[in-house]
Amino acid sequence: MILINVLGLLLIALIIWWFWLYKPGDSSVSVTNVSEANISGGDIVITVENGIYQPSRLKVSAGQPTTLTFLRKDASPCAATVIFPDSELSEELPLNKAKAVVLPPMPPGEHPFTCQMQMYRGTLVVN
Amino acid sequence: MEQELNKHCDHTPDDQLEHIRNETATLELLIEGASCGSCVAKIEGALKQVVGVDNAEMNFAQRSVSVSGRASADVLVKAVEGAGYNAKISQNESDEEVLEEKEQADQIYYRRLMREMAIALSLGVPLMIYGVLGGAMTVTTNAERAAWLAVGLATLGVMVFSGKHFFVGAWKSLLNHSANMDTLIALGTGTAWFYSMVVVFFPSVIPDMARHVYFEATAMIIGLIDLGLALELKARGKTSEAIKRLIGLQVKTARVIRDGEEIDIGIEQVLLNEQVRVRPGEKIPVDGVVLEGHTAVDESMLSGEPMPVEKVKDDQVVGGTINKSGSFVFKATRIGKDTALAQIITMVKRAQNSKPPIGRLADVIAGYFVPVVMIIAVTSALVWLNFGPAPAVAYAIVSATTVLIIACPCALGLATPMSVMVGVGKAAEAGVLIRNGEALQTSSKITAMILDKTGTITLGSPKVTEIHLANASDENAVLQMAASLEAGSEHPLALSIVESAKERKLNLEPVEHFNAIAGHGVEGTVSGKQLLFGNEKLMREKGIEIASYIDPAQAMAEEAQTPMYLAADGSLAALIAVADPIKEDSISAIQRLQRNNIRVVMLTGDNRATAKAVADKVGIKEFFAEVLPEDKAKKVAELQMQNEIVGMTGDGINDAPALALANVGFAIGTGTDVAIESADITLMRGSLHGLADAIAVSKATLRNIKQNLFGAFIYNAAGVPFAAGLLYPFFGLLLSPVIAGAAMAFSSLTVVTNANRLRLFKAEEH
Repeated sequence: MILINVLGLLLIALIIWWFWLYKPGDSSVSVTNVSEANISGGDIVITVENGIYQPSRLKVSAGQPTTLTFLRKDASPCAATVIFPDSELSEELPLNKAKAVVLPPMPPGEHPFTCQMQMYRGTLVVN
Repeated sequence: MEQELNKHCDHTPDDQLEHIRNETATLELLIEGASCGSCVAKIEGALKQVVGVDNAEMNFAQRSVSVSGRASADVLVKAVEGAGYNAKISQNESDEEVLEEKEQADQIYYRRLMREMAIALSLGVPLMIYGVLGGAMTVTTNAERAAWLAVGLATLGVMVFSGKHFFVGAWKSLLNHSANMDTLIALGTGTAWFYSMVVVFFPSVIPDMARHVYFEATAMIIGLIDLGLALELKARGKTSEAIKRLIGLQVKTARVIRDGEEIDIGIEQVLLNEQVRVRPGEKIPVDGVVLEGHTAVDESMLSGEPMPVEKVKDDQVVGGTINKSGSFVFKATRIGKDTALAQIITMVKRAQNSKPPIGRLADVIAGYFVPVVMIIAVTSALVWLNFGPAPAVAYAIVSATTVLIIACPCALGLATPMSVMVGVGKAAEAGVLIRNGEALQTSSKITAMILDKTGTITLGSPKVTEIHLANASDENAVLQMAASLEAGSEHPLALSIVESAKERKLNLEPVEHFNAIAGHGVEGTVSGKQLLFGNEKLMREKGIEIASYIDPAQAMAEEAQTPMYLAADGSLAALIAVADPIKEDSISAIQRLQRNNIRVVMLTGDNRATAKAVADKVGIKEFFAEVLPEDKAKKVAELQMQNEIVGMTGDGINDAPALALANVGFAIGTGTDVAIESADITLMRGSLHGLADAIAVSKATLRNIKQNLFGAFIYNAAGVPFAAGLLYPFFGLLLSPVIAGAAMAFSSLTVVTNANRLRLFKAEEH
C-alpha cells in the first residue's frame, strides 16, 4: 500500500515536472526573414497536426516582417485558425494546403501563437 | 528539424535542397507571359525538374500552375523565371473558394466522426444494456475470461478505429510537454481499458469484488465524444454565418467597356480606372465613381441602411451593393483587396478571432487545466485506495477515469471565442465594424458618449435652409445673385450657396469688381447690379437699412442657422439662412442612448448660441462650444477624470487624437471608408443609431460570454469533485464514467449552442 502511495505521489511530481517545470533546451528553429514582397513562405513549414504545432518554437529577427508557412493536416476545427495575439492577427488555415502568414515586425521577446482555444501552442522567440 | 534539413544538404550538394521543405504540399503559381499552348509544356517541364517537385500541372486558361511536392515557393518561381516567364505565388484565392474548401473539409470530417461514433456505440450500447439489465460484468470463470477477452479486443479495435485521433494527439502533445482534451480522453479511456484487461488476464492480483470490467465505458465514452465533436462542428459552422453572407456578396464577373465594347470578364481582371457598366438588378462589382447614368442603389447589406440611395454622376458606389433601377457606367477606383467589401471581410474576420480581456482569465486557466485534472485524478485514486470501501481498487479506477473524462477544457476555451465570433458578425450585419475584442468589451460599459457636432449629429455639409425676401420678389433670383457673387469665394458658407444654386439649376452670371472684405463678407457687380453679401456688420458699415430684419435674423440664429444679408444697389434684397442640417434620425438615436443611461455630450467649434440651438434641438443638455480641433482630446480626458467610460464619436479624420484617447472611439464612415485607423468601431451608416446598436450588440455579446464562462466554470468546478466521489461519503453517490463522457461531450456543444443564440439578437427597432 505504501508503495502504491509513493508511486502515486511520484506520478504527481512527474506531471508537475513534465508539464510545468521542464524548461525546453534551445530547440527553437530559426526562420529566415524574407522581404515583404516575397510572401511565398519561408523555408520552414509549421505542421499543424495531432494537437501540436511542429516545430513549436521558432526564432525570428526583431524589427522585420516575418513569413511563416503553416500546413494544417488536422481536420478538427480546433486547428483551423491560428492566432497571433500580440500582433492582433489571425489566419484561417486550409486543410492540407500550405498557407503563408506574414507577420508585421515584432519587438524582441517571446510571442505566443495559438489556436482559438489555446490548445495548440507555439512561441516565436524574437531577438 | 533544422538538423534534419542540414543532413539532407550534406549528402547532396545541390543547393536546391536547401529549399526543400519536409512536408508535401500543393502550391499555386500564377504565370505571366505565357501566350501560347506550347508554353504549358515548357513551364511544366521546368518545374518538374526542380528537386522535390512531384508534379506540376498548368491550367492555361487561368494562367496558373499547381505544383505538388516539397520544393519551396522561391525555387519554383526561379525555375519558371529561368524558363523565361514571370511567376508569382497565388495568394489571391478568393474568400469564397477558401470558404467552400473549408466547408468541404468540415463535411468530410463530420462524416468521419459520425462513422467512428457509430462503430464505437455499436459496441458500447449493447454492452451497457447488458450491464444495466443485470448482466455480470465481472470475471470469475475461465469461460467469462475468454468472453471478456474477446470483448476487450473488440474494444481495442474501437479505440484504434474510432479513438485513434485522441491517442495519437495525446501522445504527440505529451512529447511536446503540453496537454489537451485528447490527453484527458486518452488517459481516461485507456485507464478503463487497461484495468479491465488486467482483470481478464490476471484476475488473481485483483481482489474478488473488484474484478469488474469497464469495456463498455471505454467504447461509450469514445462514441459519445465523437458524437459531441460532430455536433459541435455543425454548430460551429453557424457561428460564421455573418462572414459567409459578406463573402457571398462578392461578385464574380464584371461588364467592362474596353475599346468601346462591353465585355464580361472575371472580377479579378478588372483594372483600376476602367469603365464598368452595371445594369438594373445587378450587383456592383467593385468600388468606383459614377460617370454616367443615374440610379438607386440598395446598400443595406453593407451599411444596414434600409432605404435605397440615389446615385448620380460623381457619386461613389460600393462593390457588393445592388443596383436597383437604372443602368449606369462607373470608373473603378478600388479593386481586389482594396475594395470596401474586401476590407470589411478582413476586418470582421480579424475581430472575430480577437479576444476581449474577459476571456483572458479563462485562457490562463485553460493553460493549467489539464495537468491539474490529471493530478486530481491521481489524488482521487489514492484517496479511494487508502480510505475507500471495498473494492477500493475498482472505486479508485472508476473515480480516476471519471475525473479525467468529465473535465472539459474545451467548454472553457470555447466560451469566449464562439460568442465573439457571432457578436462581431452580428454587429457587421448592422453596419457596425468592431476592430477587436477589447473594443467590444469596453463598449458594453460606456457611460458617457461625446458626439462631435459637424458631420456626426449634422450632415456636415451646410445648405441654404431659408430665404427671407426683403425688397426682392423671387427666391431664385436672390440665390442666383448671391451664388454668382460667391462663385469666386473660398468660404465654406459660400460653397453652400453655390451648391444650392446648382441644385436649383440656376445659371451663374459673371462677376465684376469682386472684393472680399475679411470678417464681413464680399462685394461685387453682377448683371450690372452692385451687390453686397455678408453679415450685419457689413450692412451697417455700408449704410444699408436693416432695422426691420434684425428680428427674423435673430430667429434664424436661434434655430441654429447662420443669417446672411444680401443687398442690391443700396437696399436689402433678402436674408439667406445657411445651416448644417441635423440628420433625420439624430434626435431619436440620441434619445435611445439617453434611455440606456448614457450621458450624451456634444462637442463643437461653433459659438455658444449655435451650439446651444443644436443641442436643444436634439435634446442634449451638456455641450462644449468653441472647442478648437486640437482641444477635443482634452474634453475626452476631462470626462474620463470624472470616472466616465467615454465613447467619442467623430468623422475619424480631424478628431483622430480624441478618438484614440477615448475608451472607445467611434468613426462615422461614409459607407466606403471602412477601416478608419484611429477608430475602435466604425459605423458604416451615417446614422447615430449605429452607436446604440454597437452598444446593444456588445452588451448582448458580453452577457453571452459571461453565461458561457459561468457555465463552463460551474460545470468543471462541480463536475470534477462529483466525479472524484466527494458526494459518496454523504449520499453514496458516485458518477459513472459513461455519464461523465456524455456530460463532457455535451458541455462544449452547449457553449457553442448558447453562442449561436446571439444570432437571434436584434437591435431595438428604429
